[in-house]
Amino acid sequence: MLMHTDRTAATAGSEAGRQGQPAVQLDGVTKRYGESIALHEAWLKIRPAEFMTLLGPSGCGKTTLLNLVAGFLEADGGEIFIEGTLVTETPAHQREIGIVFQNYALFPHMSVANNIAYGLKTRGIGRKEIARRVDEALALVRLDGFSDRKPRQLSGGQQQRVALARALVIKPKVLLLDEPFSALDKNLRGSMQVELKQIQRELGVTTIFVTHDQGEALSMSDRIAVMSAGRIRQIAAPGDVYCRPADRFVASFVGNVNVLTGRLVERRGEAATVSVGKMRLEVPAAPLAKLAVGDDVDVFIRPEHLAVTPGTAPGSLRGTVTTQVFQGDHIDLYIEIAGVARAPVLLRAPGIAALSSCPAGAEVGLIVGSDDVVAFPPEARES
Amino acid sequence: MKRSPANIALRWSGRILVSAILLFVLLPGIVVAVTAFNDRAILAFPPQAWSLRWFWRAFSYSDFGRGFWNGLTVTLWASSIALVIGAAFAIAIHRYNFVLKSLLEGILLSPLIIPHYTIGLGVLILASQAGTGRGFPLVILTHVLLVLPFVMRSTFISLENLDSRLELAASSLGATPGRILLTVTIPLLLPGLLSGWLFAAILSFNEFTATLFVSSQATQTLPVAMYNYVREFADPTLAALSVIYIAVTALLLSFANAFLGLGKILNVDAH
Repeated sequence: MLMHTDRTAATAGSEAGRQGQPAVQLDGVTKRYGESIALHEAWLKIRPAEFMTLLGPSGCGKTTLLNLVAGFLEADGGEIFIEGTLVTETPAHQREIGIVFQNYALFPHMSVANNIAYGLKTRGIGRKEIARRVDEALALVRLDGFSDRKPRQLSGGQQQRVALARALVIKPKVLLLDEPFSALDKNLRGSMQVELKQIQRELGVTTIFVTHDQGEALSMSDRIAVMSAGRIRQIAAPGDVYCRPADRFVASFVGNVNVLTGRLVERRGEAATVSVGKMRLEVPAAPLAKLAVGDDVDVFIRPEHLAVTPGTAPGSLRGTVTTQVFQGDHIDLYIEIAGVARAPVLLRAPGIAALSSCPAGAEVGLIVGSDDVVAFPPEARES
Repeated sequence: MKRSPANIALRWSGRILVSAILLFVLLPGIVVAVTAFNDRAILAFPPQAWSLRWFWRAFSYSDFGRGFWNGLTVTLWASSIALVIGAAFAIAIHRYNFVLKSLLEGILLSPLIIPHYTIGLGVLILASQAGTGRGFPLVILTHVLLVLPFVMRSTFISLENLDSRLELAASSLGATPGRILLTVTIPLLLPGLLSGWLFAAILSFNEFTATLFVSSQATQTLPVAMYNYVREFADPTLAALSVIYIAVTALLLSFANAFLGLGKILNVDAH
């Protein structure tokens, strides 16, 4: 599954062919801790200047993968390449990698300037050149004038910028970001994300970003590798991960989704038809390959892809509004649909018209206003 | 709370108990301090006449002066050697997994459970078998054994508080393991190392039991000199020495507190 998606994405991007050598390449990298497998045969190619996100719940292996690329862990199998050079056995200090940790890991006994200069000093660069590049890095993260402060005298956002400057000043081959925003408050997080993305694009530095926050992943990435239980489940652009998830884990982990019970009606080539109640929907056929016509399927529909229809349109579903939640720019409607959905279905109605037209208890018709519907075999069937 | 007679009785008996305990803790020190000013050449309490002459004797008695400098030499060497060895082992045990790791840790901490006289006697037997005299190296070696566990414990605690990501960050920035040790690990462990050293020094300077076995007339430390003195004389010189000792220690500790922050040195609020 993963190899398949990766290849599709690689050939789809026309610039990928021209650039040739990947910035980072993992060939079947495995990491075990005793009996348990932290990372199972990860195959991954990251293009130069790409912003690649590793997305998954805690314990999915994303941080293990990051540590393997950094050289903090040794792989039990497979090979790692950075800019075409085999680095599987190379110690961390020779890999030329910049890393920003969740807690920033600034050296508490050094000033901001000395923190940033640390990587330059290890490279034996001259004093004047170090001073120039430290100033440059401070300007890049908009912290001019902070060079003599100690890390504990800085706010969380400022500490993060110092950590970023320290990682970038050595002109790393790859920038690794380990959940860098999770310690920041919500408002600061948004502006730091924009700023980081801007700096990353400006410098064109290849970046691997680890997060469990799907919103962060969708908004910042060029591509996302969705991980679960030590495996990469899908590698694709944010839009594809969201609209064409490779399996039911990806579909339910990324964004909100309603799971409805349906039946496989017909299969022809790439597409298949499933029925949900009286409604018929087109879905990709690939995930349903093992099923026979007439088998049960789970149909995954995003809340914003559902719409309320007045009266009884042909091929619509009928349900009863149980709750409505006013969200400002839209209304969340929870609708009970007997025999099709176990839990009330979430529908995202734009504007505020639904506030009066769909009160709790009202009977409404539902239609699907998008082609981006996917179906997977019911849970027990999937290996 | 109601002021019933039972309540009041309870409160007063509590106060009396606490006062009694505090008095009991301080009493030996107080008795000795008062005795030091007794004019008569016996250890009697309370004194009939007052004098400072025993302080003069404490300073002029040559065995004490020699014992002080001997003790200082042994203490500085022993706690410094123990610091280097103990910290190195602590870092190795904390960081690496190897065969017999817990056995090594157990051996290094074993002086905590082996009595001091056993260690003194053991070292003495070994030294006479090897034919080495009872010189300073022997006393220093014995003290290193005795204080090693304390230095190791103190280093362990600091290592537990050290964020390993700082070292990872340093290595990603191109620092070799040796450079990381010198520029990140050791500077951040410094409060713990200093507190371990201070603790070791205090223990070593006061150590008596093992030192009695391994020291000679030429290498005897202050506690051993005091022991030898009290076998011959029963005058208040030792009491005067105690007062001096308490005063100097209190002075040193308040100095450490004022200029270095005692809490920091003793690891009270490490990070």
